Amino acid sequence: MKVLTANRLTDGEAIWYSDVNGWQETLQGAALAADKAGEERLDSIGKAAFATNFALDVDVIDVQLVDEKIVPLRLRERIRAAGPTNRTDHGKQARAA
Amino acid sequence: MYRYDEFDHDFVRARVSEFTDQVDRRLAGEITEDQFRPLRLMNGVYLQLHAYMLRIAIPYGTLNSRQLRMLAHIARTYDKGYGHFTTRQNLQFHWPALSDVPAILKDLASVEMHCIQTSGNCIRNVTADHFAGAAADEFADPRPYAEILRQWSSLHPEFSYLPRKFKIAVTGANRDRAAIQTHDIGLHLKKNERGELGFSVYVGGGLGRTPMVAKKIRDFLPEQDLLSYTTAILRVYNLYGRRDNKYKARIKILVHETGAEEFARQVEAEWADLKNTELTLPRSDIEAIQAYFAPPELPARPEGDETIKLARLDSRDFSEWLDQNVITHRHPDYAALTISLKGIGETPGDVSDGQMDAIADLAERYAFDEIRVSHEQNLILPHVARADLRAIYDRLVEIGLATANSNLITDIISCPGLDYCALANARSISVAQDISRRFASLERQRDIGELKLKISGCINACGHHHVGHIGILGVEKKGAELYQVTLGGSGDENTSVGEIIGRGFGPGEITDAIETIVETYLVVRRDESEKFLDTYRRVGQAPFKEALYGSEAKAA
Repeated sequence: MKVLTANRLTDGEAIWYSDVNGWQETLQGAALAADKAGEERLDSIGKAAFATNFALDVDVIDVQLVDEKIVPLRLRERIRAAGPTNRTDHGKQARAA
Repeated sequence: MYRYDEFDHDFVRARVSEFTDQVDRRLAGEITEDQFRPLRLMNGVYLQLHAYMLRIAIPYGTLNSRQLRMLAHIARTYDKGYGHFTTRQNLQFHWPALSDVPAILKDLASVEMHCIQTSGNCIRNVTADHFAGAAADEFADPRPYAEILRQWSSLHPEFSYLPRKFKIAVTGANRDRAAIQTHDIGLHLKKNERGELGFSVYVGGGLGRTPMVAKKIRDFLPEQDLLSYTTAILRVYNLYGRRDNKYKARIKILVHETGAEEFARQVEAEWADLKNTELTLPRSDIEAIQAYFAPPELPARPEGDETIKLARLDSRDFSEWLDQNVITHRHPDYAALTISLKGIGETPGDVSDGQMDAIADLAERYAFDEIRVSHEQNLILPHVARADLRAIYDRLVEIGLATANSNLITDIISCPGLDYCALANARSISVAQDISRRFASLERQRDIGELKLKISGCINACGHHHVGHIGILGVEKKGAELYQVTLGGSGDENTSVGEIIGRGFGPGEITDAIETIVETYLVVRRDESEKFLDTYRRVGQAPFKEALYGSEAKAA
């Protein structure tokens, strides 16, 4: 399973693509691609966001669903989605608290 | 310290204006990321995991209080209220918006600072001994020469697109506190038998994926030939450095593949055409730069001894801090002190805006307005009267920066690692924090003695793990963090690259492994005077391997 992620040009904020909200600042609710066609769709949305100078470092990443929550497979992406583990008062995790 | 002249001010203002225009054009979509990326990197702007990162140059790690207050202001206004000091004596902000960077650069320019050449394949911020001008064992202050190199290398048209980044360090003492042998060029300022100043020149050191100790290619280079000889080195590198392979593009690979002797011959041949040209430094120019670094007038303060004697009786904590964080100054009434940015369980190198303001106040009041950044991610007040040490200590206690651990196991160098860095494979800060908590007892740390522990979150080695007495390298293996341990590295005048001790350890095992290594050292050392590094060099890997891996080590 995959989701589309990037960083926003203006401030570098980590963002994910949602079919409901467009590009959003949280991972949960991101559009899931379960097959090749879905992955290609996300890939083309990402390329368009890069081409229109909205986003950079665009990537389609591996995730799994755990208790209906999206969890990236790689620690790198889990940290991007939450914030630095040494400062839980910063990043997305601080806003959720 | 060096002060900008009109030319410098115009130069930096022009650069701010140029980059402001580039940012505006990027945000307006007039230039692509591919076009903008090299431009932002030339101005210290990286993209990391959570946000942009801005790296600010602190030439040879020297700051005044006005500059430190400006860094505090930027942290407060544009970032998240803190900054991170790096192993290149620079400062990084981890959360600035691209749209705010022009305003930040304008603020920096107002206090004679910038971000130029903190990234890219150019000559990076020249580093120097953080005790320069204060240390009792110094031949001469290395910073005037670092400043000459800075001016010469800034936007140097021939050396702005080198095969790869290029780092220079200068020390003016036999005790190398600037890790010069781990640099592309390392300069050891010294005097010859006639009392003339010059440099031993080391080339081709570096860490990263291929760690190498620099080779000495000249024992004594007269000071006036600094720029002509450096130009010769860079010309040889620029011509023959491997541009075909990023991982083999550093000068260390060229020196290694060419051979130090042949490389030196090529440099000398190039130098033959450059020597005695306009690159020769007139004595008057050197003196003009040296004047900026004239030591402060240090009035006699003989009451220091008595004040300290009483203060030691009054406070054991002060006494321990004094023993650990204060070093001898060339003036007997004065001292140089380390403000540890390694509080137990804290992030190495991080300092809040309020702490920056408070340190600036201390520097202004007690330290002749000078602050240094060490490559070990601490701050230094290089000139303080011994009589004022107690007052400074009391204020450091109030702001949470009185940790007495300089050169001890909790004085850990750590890169930002996977918590921030887009290149990292594993976290390094969390490992530093765990180890720091495990060895929190100062009594235990002092029993262990001098031990330099350095952690990198990827092979690029920003945390200098190769030259840690104990080095830790974080890697990603099968999607999980794994930490590889090296022993016996050193970044001083007897530089050595650490040796991998064996298989790596998971995040839940690494602190135990470090404790096992330390406990083994305590058992096998000759006595308390034999430091960890000396013990390792004497006994080798065997006892540590046995303690870590037991029967597994024997089977191997």
